[in-house]
Amino acid sequence: MSTGLERQGREVTEDDLEALIGDRALGRDDHLNAPGFVIRPDDVQDVLFDLRDEAGFDHLSCLTAQQYEDRYESIYHMKKYADPTQEVSVVVPTSIDDPVSQSAEPVFRTADWHEREAFDLVGIDYEGHPDPRRILLPETWQGHPLSKDYDQEQPQVVTLSEHANPIQPDHHDQESDTMFLNIGPHHPATHGVLHLETVLDGETVVDVDPDVGYLHRCEEQMCQSGTYRHQIMPYPDRWDYVSAGLLNEWAYARVAEDLADIEVPEYAQVIRTMGAELCRIASHMLALATFALDVYGDFTAVFQYGMRDREVVQDILEDLTGQRLMFNYFRLGGVAWDLPEPRGEFLEKTRDFLDGLPAKVDEYHDLLTGNEIFQVRTHDTGVLEPEVAKSYGCTGPVARASGVDYDLRRDDPYGYYENLEWDVVTRQGCDNYARVLCRMEEVEESAKIIEQCVDLLEDWPEDDREIQANVPRTLKPDPDTEVYRAVEGAKGELGIYIRSDGTDKPGRFKIRSPCFHNLSALGEMSEGEYVPDLIASLGSLDIVLGEVDR
Amino acid sequence: MSSDKPRQEIYDSTAPSSDTRESRMGAGPDDRFNSRLREAFGATPFILTKFDQFMNWVRGNSMFMLQFGIACCSIEMMHTYAIKHDLDRFGAGVPRASPRQADVMIVPGTIVSKFGPRMKRVYDQMPEPKFVVGMGSCTISGGPFQEGYNVVKGAEEIIPVDIHVPGCPPRPEALVYGVAKLQERIRNGETSPVVVKPYELEQFGDLPKDELVQKLASDIDEDDLVMRYNWADSP
Repeated sequence: MSTGLERQGREVTEDDLEALIGDRALGRDDHLNAPGFVIRPDDVQDVLFDLRDEAGFDHLSCLTAQQYEDRYESIYHMKKYADPTQEVSVVVPTSIDDPVSQSAEPVFRTADWHEREAFDLVGIDYEGHPDPRRILLPETWQGHPLSKDYDQEQPQVVTLSEHANPIQPDHHDQESDTMFLNIGPHHPATHGVLHLETVLDGETVVDVDPDVGYLHRCEEQMCQSGTYRHQIMPYPDRWDYVSAGLLNEWAYARVAEDLADIEVPEYAQVIRTMGAELCRIASHMLALATFALDVYGDFTAVFQYGMRDREVVQDILEDLTGQRLMFNYFRLGGVAWDLPEPRGEFLEKTRDFLDGLPAKVDEYHDLLTGNEIFQVRTHDTGVLEPEVAKSYGCTGPVARASGVDYDLRRDDPYGYYENLEWDVVTRQGCDNYARVLCRMEEVEESAKIIEQCVDLLEDWPEDDREIQANVPRTLKPDPDTEVYRAVEGAKGELGIYIRSDGTDKPGRFKIRSPCFHNLSALGEMSEGEYVPDLIASLGSLDIVLGEVDR
Repeated sequence: MSSDKPRQEIYDSTAPSSDTRESRMGAGPDDRFNSRLREAFGATPFILTKFDQFMNWVRGNSMFMLQFGIACCSIEMMHTYAIKHDLDRFGAGVPRASPRQADVMIVPGTIVSKFGPRMKRVYDQMPEPKFVVGMGSCTISGGPFQEGYNVVKGAEEIIPVDIHVPGCPPRPEALVYGVAKLQERIRNGETSPVVVKPYELEQFGDLPKDELVQKLASDIDEDDLVMRYNWADSP
């Protein structure tokens, strides 16, 4: 597919990009992580097509919309799946009176949901967008809450019309005999409060439209009203709340440390790496447990086993951080405190858990993946082709199970991962079965990482245990510094964009949630399949609504 | 020994089965179904109690929970149901997926504007008598998200809540304690304090015709159910 610069097999330099964009660039607006090019609102598709096809930027990682005093701005953060350290930002300013920008949806499918969100929260219109509706807030909402003139006190009216008469709108339209079916927002298989507007032909899914926003609790606004040093860190725990707290905290820690130029001591990096991988195990265990529950109603065996193993992990994390679920353990420049005393006991407990893990994984394979019913249910259902996954911006186990070899821990290294021995798990199956196997193998890889961290921590010299760098009490990064950084969360690439405005609070805080992208691919995966396969596909995506809706 | 014939010892003798029976019941008459109270009561094996008290006692000891996950707290709620904490030990651990089969609703998480009407509808679908346990800070006040433009400042803005369990999130032990407290109150027939519910599900036509309602009049039918949020009046 890719031609030109990409085919020459060398890294795309800034000069190449300047030559490629040429006259269409109105100026430069560089970010800390990437060169930024300012373009006109009606050149968006043109430039993005060129960047994708000529320069190989095939991953629209995030779209940030924001309002300045004198203009609106959409920033397309682009990366390469092959090498995520190569980044470019495309900045599209629009006037305050008439904020219309060209839609990027024909280039990247994932721009669909992103532009809906930008319209919903900030109020930029995207010309040529196939479905310009609100996405997170109710249809009847007044105003755009992240725009400058929004009045939070004004009353709002929210309808319940979809559920007003469940019998009457059964038929999708007059000609066909399709049926409209609401799945959720309160439904055991939706993993929280997700609403799937499904159209069925017989038992086959013709169309599925995820209706999100039932847990949109203003995370971005909360982070914008907290100070960098301490007030933001508790919130990331609550994005992906399935025990993946430390992974999320790392996303904020990484971006803020880049912004304020803080060096983290090596000892703290090892503790962070160990904690984060424990979180990943806990998160994947829940994914496995609830998937078994979704696919064959297994509340008694696999679900309970998953919970049992999570309890062990949560105990270890509680010893380390003092909390079971919302850890708030990372600090900018390190972690809150050292390992609990007596150290030996804590490390022994962690080792015991790791020693027991292989037997437990075998047990899961016996119960679950070796089960014939399970195989029939999951094999060749919910197929997600690699190119489709890329177009939707899928990352994490969802992308890796489709053969997309993309893991930020290895490709854009942070923490202590570079110095450890471990492998990135990929599978070629593209189906629900592959996604389950991928998660189970990742659990084993995480265990490898933790084991090496435990060894390191045990032998670490006592006089070199620095847990926090010296960070000023109040952080005030230079005004208009912009940075977008991502880490590998449990569900995929968890990114954060921050623009500083010279105060001790961020001017704009944008969260790139992996679940948001993964969920947007649900339609592609389940259309043409049966309803139970839709449920299985949804379960295998392993979404967390707190992160989808933010 | 061929397998198509019964084994000799079973075929010939009835000793093993009567052995088992005796070891289960002990010797003497079969009094498995008679409680010890029967002896104390003598010829009139009845207890006199108020029907209400009896019903409350029964109700408190057999509660069906609604399987209702909203946000972070639902993870701890799942742990409360699962092994180690096992809420079922207290006669309150069977999560039902349908609100029509549930007595108790644990509200585990932040309620936002879009979800408010749905939660009210789910609550309305539960049969009387019904009880609500508010789990976590978000159901008390909106918790860490109280300042949010989209967040309902506590579950009590929409439905009455019997027990509040504070925490962000509460530990499973705390939820178990909250449920045990609720059982105690049900057994004693105590009612919940009256609560103010500012946000009601009502027909659009019944709303006062102010500026906002007139603006939305073309989008919403008169008899559509709506919930009106007056954020300025929120605590």
